[in-house]
Amino acid sequence: MLPAALGADAVLLVLGVVAGVTSRIRPRWLPIYPLCAIIGAFAAALALAALLNGGVETMVLPLGVPWIGAHFRIDPLAALFLAIVNLGGCAASVYAIGYGRHETSPGRVLPFYPAFLAGMSLVIIAGDAFTFLVSWEFMSLMSWALVMAHHKDRGNAFAGYVYLVMASFGSLALLLAFGLLAGPQGHYDFDTMRSVAAQHPLAGLILILALIGAGSKAGLVPLHVWLPLAHPAAPSHVSALMSGVMTKVAVYAFIRIAFDLVGAPQWWWSVPVLTAGAVTAVIGLLYAVLQEDLKRLLAYSTVENLGVIFMGLGLALAFKANHMPQAAALAMTAALLHAVNHATFKSLLFFGAGSVLFATGERNLEALGGLIRRMPATSFAFLAGAAAISALPPLNGFVSEWLMFQAVLVSPDLPQWVLKFLVPASGAMLALAAALAAACFVRAFGIAFLGRPRSPAAETAVEVDRFQTGTMLVLAFVCLLGGILPGFVIDALGGPVQFAAGGQHLPMQASQPWLTLVPISADRSSYNGLIVFVFIAFSALISAVAIRTFASRAVRRAPAWDCGYPDGRPVTQYTASSFAQPLRRVFGSVVFQARETVEMPGPGELGPARFSVTVRDLVWERLYAPVAWAVGRVADRLNPLQFLTIRQYLSLVFAALVVLLVVVSLWR
Amino acid sequence: MALIFDSLVQGLQMILVLALAPLLTGLVRKVKARLLRRQGPSLIQPYRDLLRLIRKEAVVAENASWLFRAAPYAIFAATWVAAALVPTFASGLLFSWSADVIAIVALLGSARFFLTLAGMDVGTSFGGIGSSREVMIASLAEPAMLMVVFTLSLLAHSTQLSTISQLISFSEVGLRVSLAMALIALILVALAENARIPVDNPATHLELTMVHEAMVLEYSGRHLAMIEIGASLKLVLYLSLIGALFLPLGMAAPGAGPAAYLVGLGAYLAKLALGGVLLGMFEISIAKMRVFRVPEFLGAALMLGFLATLLLFVSRGL
Repeated sequence: MLPAALGADAVLLVLGVVAGVTSRIRPRWLPIYPLCAIIGAFAAALALAALLNGGVETMVLPLGVPWIGAHFRIDPLAALFLAIVNLGGCAASVYAIGYGRHETSPGRVLPFYPAFLAGMSLVIIAGDAFTFLVSWEFMSLMSWALVMAHHKDRGNAFAGYVYLVMASFGSLALLLAFGLLAGPQGHYDFDTMRSVAAQHPLAGLILILALIGAGSKAGLVPLHVWLPLAHPAAPSHVSALMSGVMTKVAVYAFIRIAFDLVGAPQWWWSVPVLTAGAVTAVIGLLYAVLQEDLKRLLAYSTVENLGVIFMGLGLALAFKANHMPQAAALAMTAALLHAVNHATFKSLLFFGAGSVLFATGERNLEALGGLIRRMPATSFAFLAGAAAISALPPLNGFVSEWLMFQAVLVSPDLPQWVLKFLVPASGAMLALAAALAAACFVRAFGIAFLGRPRSPAAETAVEVDRFQTGTMLVLAFVCLLGGILPGFVIDALGGPVQFAAGGQHLPMQASQPWLTLVPISADRSSYNGLIVFVFIAFSALISAVAIRTFASRAVRRAPAWDCGYPDGRPVTQYTASSFAQPLRRVFGSVVFQARETVEMPGPGELGPARFSVTVRDLVWERLYAPVAWAVGRVADRLNPLQFLTIRQYLSLVFAALVVLLVVVSLWR
Repeated sequence: MALIFDSLVQGLQMILVLALAPLLTGLVRKVKARLLRRQGPSLIQPYRDLLRLIRKEAVVAENASWLFRAAPYAIFAATWVAAALVPTFASGLLFSWSADVIAIVALLGSARFFLTLAGMDVGTSFGGIGSSREVMIASLAEPAMLMVVFTLSLLAHSTQLSTISQLISFSEVGLRVSLAMALIALILVALAENARIPVDNPATHLELTMVHEAMVLEYSGRHLAMIEIGASLKLVLYLSLIGALFLPLGMAAPGAGPAAYLVGLGAYLAKLALGGVLLGMFEISIAKMRVFRVPEFLGAALMLGFLATLLLFVSRGL
């Protein structure tokens, strides 16, 4: 199993190198995307087999640091995430067969794409800290290169720069976490680390570092700033991979450290995780609701979903620390299921945004509209994705949200007072996030796909090709399937949940009567997506039949009524920003200090009235801007050091050497 | 045999809520009219309206898409399924295990999702304003509703509606502060969700005040009929929910004899009538509030629900 997975990654790397070498001459001679799709499907099949088998496989290759070697390892947890990565990669590759055809600079995308896929897989099958960190950095760099593919577009260079800084910061945190875990003896491979670190004195610090390191990749507030810049800047299939899949690699890294390597958790570990998750969920969506760029909106929604996942992980930590294995299994299942679901619908939505961009050249909601008539398949798939991400039954997003609520509802049994306040508060945040998600996606779909076209590009859009629509429709079907038959997915998650959450997993769901979802016991809670779906379909059908039989069938097409004053100009429609105005006033006036000012001309003046809105990004202003300012200031001060004479440099080097030696001698 | 009987009860309940929905709307209108010293339309006027609507041809805007024509069915189906899963005259319905109360809230969310999208489909300013305000209201009403659900589920150790209502009717819960707060929050949410005064006015077509009516402005004929009956069903659902959770008097227990079912039916009708009369009286006695006062109104509901939940969390360990 493991050699085959490694082989697949090696082939991907070779593909990347070959594409890189030939990119100057003939970038398209090698069918990169079809090959990536085949390899992805193969590796996904392997990972699924490993997930269902549930064994552990390890391997050591004589690469990397000589006395350590490169360890690789597949266990149920790694198998699950390997499956997510490769299924997501496969879907993105099939989509890209169509989408990539019109790429203006294929030489900047094709070499890095397979390497990025390989990097993500390698992080997951890494079995020692060294391999893990090298693969992590490789994945970050490759995705950075893809973000910079269109580096001449406005804002992309800045996005790449912020991404690079934040990725380095996150890697530094992970490096320190692994350094602490490895200890002075340098136990770099995970198996020894696990056996040594059972009672690590600095375990809490390791957890915080892991939260910072993985959280910066996952986009937890306030480490999220790079994500909404970088994810939309990449080509859309890569955006889908970064949002849908790479963030899951970050989730994997956190689970690997917090639930596996550091040993038994303390209860207070759940406090920062739960808080970060809950705050991220709400703040992410409040940002998303106000965005006018479709892809940036999706990126902020990724921030929200990762917040939900981390909330589930925080709950699982609390339960695990308090020796409530059943509840821990429930919370862990909710988090992992949400990770799987998010990978499907966020990929779908980014594909949809990509197709819109492909067909109209626009990402700005204010220039779209009416696409449901021009692009029926894309809009249908996007609608399904929007409903799924808004946690509407009977689709898959609702199932994980429901499990998350069930996990919150078993938590009054937690003994700690802090958690007794924190858990209901985060439950309320989760409820708020669920409602805001629906608002956000009604706005996104309604403005982009419904109404009348707001620009000539939207008016003349044509449906994209079959590879793109096919991928999207398949993913939409997966969203429905995951919603009506969630039991099978949850059963497949049993292995990883048992591995991470402390020895238990949820009872087998597929054996429940009528395939009902029963997380704890039937009189406590149950949900059956299949029955709900059949019920809805049935009642819609009989009402439609009844209407056909008894009602008038006549339909007259007429101009819109609009209270008697229809106006043919598309600018009279509601815009994206006017749609968001009530939400901006309700939530944004506090969180973003949103202010609206109206300048009315005085009586008799002929000037126009002006309406302006200011929205401030407080995280950026209060946290990042001061740091950036300080760094710039220090750099300015140190700038003269670049213009010294050779004698001055030599004396500086000598002084530094003396100081270091003194420090070392004092230290001993 | 028991299965047949159970499915009969379940089917009866589905038909019952559908049949009663327009009557309840008529009752509320009648009460309001009588309190204003008007004669008011007869109780069965909503049935006549629906009948007239489905007989008329549907006028559809020229640029309306398939979503516009499909949405009424989706809205109606989701609301009907949600209404069918709320215990009315008997608890322990055949399919009550297939969706708990969180799923019922989410089903209503699905209906609203399609309604708000339908409002934006034609691309008129009124549709947009209605949808935009509706999502603002929902973004506060839905979490408030979920907090109420949390409160009740924590008391009953279950999110199944049947279990919760059985617990409240058959065992000693006693008077609890949390329950009172949850009841107030639920009533506030119900007013907002059903577009009643003071949040919205179901009788207005004044451009700047309407929310629900603005979304359905472009609808006519059979499509409008589906939406109207969906809205009536939602009112029945919320009254049944309040009845089942806070006033489960006379509700037939699972497996009770036909006599108990008859008693339950009578009690249910009485509860609905009481709810309708109280709603009418409340609507007469209060003025509609400005749109941007609504967040404060619903924020109060959210806070009440949250406090009720928090109290239960904190009191569990004592």
